[in-house]
Amino acid sequence: MAEGRRAGGSWTRALRRMIERELPTEHLLPDQEPAYVASWVYVFGVVAIAALVWVMVSGVVLAFFGPQWWHVSPQGHVVNSIHFWSVQLFFIFMVLHLWGQYFGATWRDGRATTWMVGVVVFLVSIGTAFTGYLAQQNFASQWIAVNAKDAINSTGAGAFFNVLNFGQMYGLHVMLLPIVITTLVAVHLVQVRMRGVVKPIETEPS
Amino acid sequence: MNQPAPYVHWGFVVLSLPNLVLIGVMLGLFALALVLPFPGRRHRRPAADEERRDG
Repeated sequence: MAEGRRAGGSWTRALRRMIERELPTEHLLPDQEPAYVASWVYVFGVVAIAALVWVMVSGVVLAFFGPQWWHVSPQGHVVNSIHFWSVQLFFIFMVLHLWGQYFGATWRDGRATTWMVGVVVFLVSIGTAFTGYLAQQNFASQWIAVNAKDAINSTGAGAFFNVLNFGQMYGLHVMLLPIVITTLVAVHLVQVRMRGVVKPIETEPS
Repeated sequence: MNQPAPYVHWGFVVLSLPNLVLIGVMLGLFALALVLPFPGRRHRRPAADEERRDG
């Protein structure tokens, strides 16, 4: 057993070799791209990430100062608005990115997991936006929660996902779901770097 | 601003006017992204990324 370990190497060595093989550092932040990437369609994804950065930064400020600040103070109104509108931009450009990838069939050539991680990011983002609307602490959030509880209860999920429980919705919105989104977006980007950008359909050999 | 948005009824499809405008803007942006030239296109090296995957 001990010999086997020496011969095969430790799991840390195997992991290091796998990273060196799959993720050579010179390709993580490339300075050159294929010619077909020179299109505005490929900009949508990075604009969505830029919007996500604004969402995260403004969200951290909102979480630090709290609901009274974002409702009452002029500075709070500004940061609250930045958070709201950057979320709108995030969704707009995420959907435009989705359209671009869908019509380019970019799950081709071993990129199915990249596509699926993107789909999961989209779904988790919807849940995060929903809990964000519930965490506003205004009449709109009360209205949304009271209506949504019936929809959630009809699925049977109301017992462990209670939209009327502000603490649960706020905790999900500011801690758990942002961690999931950030992690998945990082995985998505690494997957794109590992496999490169898919060739356009017209360049595929027939 | 402080009133319900006007809604568009089209068969079973019911959309608020702001949502309809937004969908139109997104379709317009997508179309523009397909047809507008990307700056600096001629200075790019073709298929630089392919060398790594092929080799």
